[in-house]
This record gives sequence, C-alpha cells and structure tokens, in this order.
Amino acid sequence: MTKAFDKALDWLPALGLFVALVVMWQLAVTQFGVREYLLPSPASVVGSMFSSEINWIGHILVTGWAILGAFLIAAVGGILLGTIIAWSPVMSRALMPFLVFVNVLPKVAVAPLFLLWLGYGILPNMLIGALIGFFPVVINTAVGLLQIDEDMLDLGRVFNAPKWKVFAKIRIPNAYPYILSALKITATAAVVGAIVGEFVASQAGLGYVIITSQSSMNTPLAFGALVWISVLGLLLYGAVAVLSRVIAPWAENQEG
Amino acid sequence: MKNTIELDRVGMVYETASGPVEALRNISLAVGEGEFISIVGPSGCGKSTLLRVIAGLRPMTSGTVLVDGTSVTRPIPKVGMVFQAAVLLKWRSVLDNVLLPAELAGLNPHKFRERAIELLHLVGLEGFTGKKPNELSGGMQQRVALCRALLLDPPLLLMDEPFGALDAMTRDDMNLELLRVWGQETGGTGRKTILFVTHSIPEAVFLADRVVVMSARPGEIADVVNIELDRPRTVETRATADFGHYSLQIYETLTGQMTGDNSRSAQTLS
Ligand SMILES: Nc1ncnc2c1ncn2[C@@H]1O[C@H](COP(=O)(O)OP(=O)(O)O)[C@@H](O)[C@H]1O
Ligand SMILES: [Mg+2]
Repeated sequence: MTKAFDKALDWLPALGLFVALVVMWQLAVTQFGVREYLLPSPASVVGSMFSSEINWIGHILVTGWAILGAFLIAAVGGILLGTIIAWSPVMSRALMPFLVFVNVLPKVAVAPLFLLWLGYGILPNMLIGALIGFFPVVINTAVGLLQIDEDMLDLGRVFNAPKWKVFAKIRIPNAYPYILSALKITATAAVVGAIVGEFVASQAGLGYVIITSQSSMNTPLAFGALVWISVLGLLLYGAVAVLSRVIAPWAENQEG
Repeated sequence: MKNTIELDRVGMVYETASGPVEALRNISLAVGEGEFISIVGPSGCGKSTLLRVIAGLRPMTSGTVLVDGTSVTRPIPKVGMVFQAAVLLKWRSVLDNVLLPAELAGLNPHKFRERAIELLHLVGLEGFTGKKPNELSGGMQQRVALCRALLLDPPLLLMDEPFGALDAMTRDDMNLELLRVWGQETGGTGRKTILFVTHSIPEAVFLADRVVVMSARPGEIADVVNIELDRPRTVETRATADFGHYSLQIYETLTGQMTGDNSRSAQTLS
C-alpha cells in the first residue's frame, strides 16, 4: 500500500458521512414534498449553481477579488504593524490601546460607514474584510517575534550582532508559524467581511445574489451562492495551509 | 594574561518588583589559561548569573571582572556559550546551526564551512549535517550546540548545566566527549579555558582541575577544591578512591554549610 493511498483512506469516513447526509437530504425533500423555496433539494442546488439564469462567473469574480484583497491588506498591514510593535517598545505602547479598541469594535457595524465614505464597489468590502481579519495577524506576528529563548538572544548579544540581524536570522523565521496560523483565521474573516459588505449595499457579488434571491424567493439560487462562497473560502484557506507547509515545515507537528 | 579570568569581589544585585535580590556576593577567583573549572552549588545560588557576568551579558553591581587582563563592561565575543537546553534554530540544518555564530558576528560563513564539518566530525555527527534539529536525540542536539560554541574558536568556554537535561548514561558519554574535544581541539589559541556549571558533584569532579563550591543565596564561594586526578580521565577514573574522596569532600562542604548553620542556630537557642 502506498502512503498516498493510506492518506486517502483517512478521508473515507468524512466522505461517507457527506454522501449519506446529501442522500438523506435529497430523500427527505422529495419524500415529504418540502417546498423548494423553503429547502431546495441537493439536486436543484447543484442545478442552480451551474444554471445560466445569472452570470455566476461575474459574481464569483467580484466576491473573489474582494476576499483576496481583504486577505492581502490584512496580511501585509498586520505583519507590518506586528513588526513595528515588536521592534520598538515605545511604538508598542503607543499603538496597542488603539489596536485593542479596534479589536473590540463590532466591525460589522462599521460597514455602512465605509460604504458612505467610499461609495459602492469592491473597495469598501475589501476594507471591512481586512478590518475583521488583521488583528490576529498583528498579535501573532508580535508574539512570534518576541517569544525567543533568552539564551538564544544571549548568543546574539555575545557577538554584538546588530538588531536587524537578530530579526532577520532568528526572530522572523521564529515568527513564521505564528503568522501563518493567524493567516488561517484571516482567510475566514476575509470571506465574512466581503459578504457583509455586499449585504449592506452592492450591485454584484455572491452576497448580492443571496440578498436578491431572497426577495424573489429563489432559494436554490441562494444555496448555490452559499456553496460558491464556501468554495472560495476553502480555496483561500487551502492556499494558506499549503504555504505554511512550504514556508514553515518544522511547525507541522507543533500545530496539528 | 592570555585567556585568563580574574574575578575581584564581584557582586550582583537584581532589582526586582519585590525588592532587590542579591545573587552574588564577594566572588573572587583567578582562572589560568587552559584551566577546567567546575562550579557547583544549590539552585538559585547565582551560577548562571556568574557566567553571564563574565561574558559581559549582565552588568555586575560591584567588583571587577578581568578577561585577559581587560575589564569586562560589555559582551565579549571571545566566549562560546552552551546552555542547559541546546536552543538550536528549528528551521536550520545542523550545519547551518553550527555556522550561526559566524553569521551573527558578521563573518563570511562559507569560510567556516570546513571547520564546522570538522567539528561535527569530532563529535561523531558527520552523517547528520543536513538533518533538522528535531530529527536528533537530546544528546546529539547538545553536541551540535557544543560545535556551535566552538566554531569561532573562542578561548573561553562557558557552559551552564549543558548536560543537565540528559539521562545519566548519555551524560557520562558527553563528559568523555567534552574532555576529548577539549584535549584535541586546541585550535590556534591553545587549550580552552572552561567554566562548567553543574548540579552533579561526580560530573564536576570528573571534569575539572578545580571545583568551585558555592553557597546558597547570596552566592559566595564556600570552597575551592583542587582535583589532582590523572588525565586523560577515563571510565575507570570514577572507580578510584581519590574520586570518591573528592566527591565526598565537596558533598560535605555543600551540605555541611546547612548543617553547620543549623548547629550554630541550635546552640544560640539552647
Ligand atoms: N533576570 C533576573 N532578574 C531578577 N532576578 C534574577 C534574574 N536572574 C536570576 N535572578 C535571581 O538570582 C538568583 C540567582 O539565579 P541564577 O543565577 O539563575 O542561579 P543558578 O543558576 O545558580 O540556579 C535567583 O534567586 C534568581 O531568582
Ligand atoms: Mg542556572
């Protein structure tokens, strides 16, 4: 037996359960004659996902860009802020109160303001997603950079190594696993932010599809949009997981 | 004056939130070139502090430290340090871990590759240069840490309970290994001067030319014992009568401190 085959076997229980649930769902809907606008059958959901009644590709691209943009802004901004905090205790003391304030703020409630300031379009949705997702990156970056064995730092001090070198050689690689595990959270948050933005006001995107299909009682379409959102979310999450395996393979067993 | 350490009435007081903590008091000691000194003492008596003061990593609060006749006021690059944990970088190969000091010191690591491989060979890790630290056992990791400390051929080696986390058998192996390396690895600067902190009296006696016995906090030197056992020391050394006498003497100094104090206080009470 190959290793890949064994790995595939690990997925068997989950796959079995998934198939069983879908079959039960299908049977329940057809046997009890549940109305389509209450709960569409899996078959009709799949049908609507590929139907040509709406421009799926267009909506998927709009939401996809919003998610990707939110993720990248949160990642880059979070890593920068976290590094500034770890680099300078003064900056840390100056910034932390603001960051904690932003963190406790219900970000979803800020969404209408973003739209007011920035108008319709993809940018406000990106920023909402970024706002929800950046805090864990800031904190994990700072923690990863600062959580170094004191003995390890003494090793650098003995050679009078400059601060940037200790960052480059020791602190930054040490922070990779921390940053990457925060980015997994951010990947999920970016999806939530982008959809929330589209709920509040939009003319395109998968969130827009859900809102409009609700008012026209086209529930299969809403379910179809939901599945496409999950696909986008999983793609991003998977990409981060692969990245973390490539960049920080040593963290594999300590994270699980 | 080469590779010597002179401590003159060194004192160290930590300022903590709950008030000052006196870690070292009145430590005076002269260590000659190429000497192997073991330091034993109860936990918290300031052994780690002493090593860091000598390396210039912590500023002492009184007294002076001279290394090679020059006063130590900031970190000195001529020391190699080995700690209780190997503290290797998990993302680097064994070879790259050994090369780290060259990079930190701003030297060209390529020039040290050959020496790094030579050192790994010396400790029997030539087949592991490309492995990651988590693929090695605890004893192997500690050997890598030793190679790293030796890379830049530092004349002083400061070792803080380096084998404390290893099982007894591995520890005995490592002791022999260290003496072998110390004997062979003379480099360009002659035999290294070693300060070796340990909890284990037999380990201290086995390795050292002199054993410094420290008292409980504040750490003071209670006794300095000359160990006149033949070198090279071997497995048989541990079985000799002299080895037993030295161990017992140090043991009595360490515990006698406490019982001595007790009997004194008992007398005052009666
Ligand atoms: N950075 C520090 N700040 C405050 N107190 C310290 C610090 N380092 C050590 N101490 C205190 O100094 C004493 C000696 O510590 P240490 O040198 O680590 O002893 P040892 O290595 O012999 O166990 C202990 O009481 C310890 O709590
Ligand atoms: Mg200690």
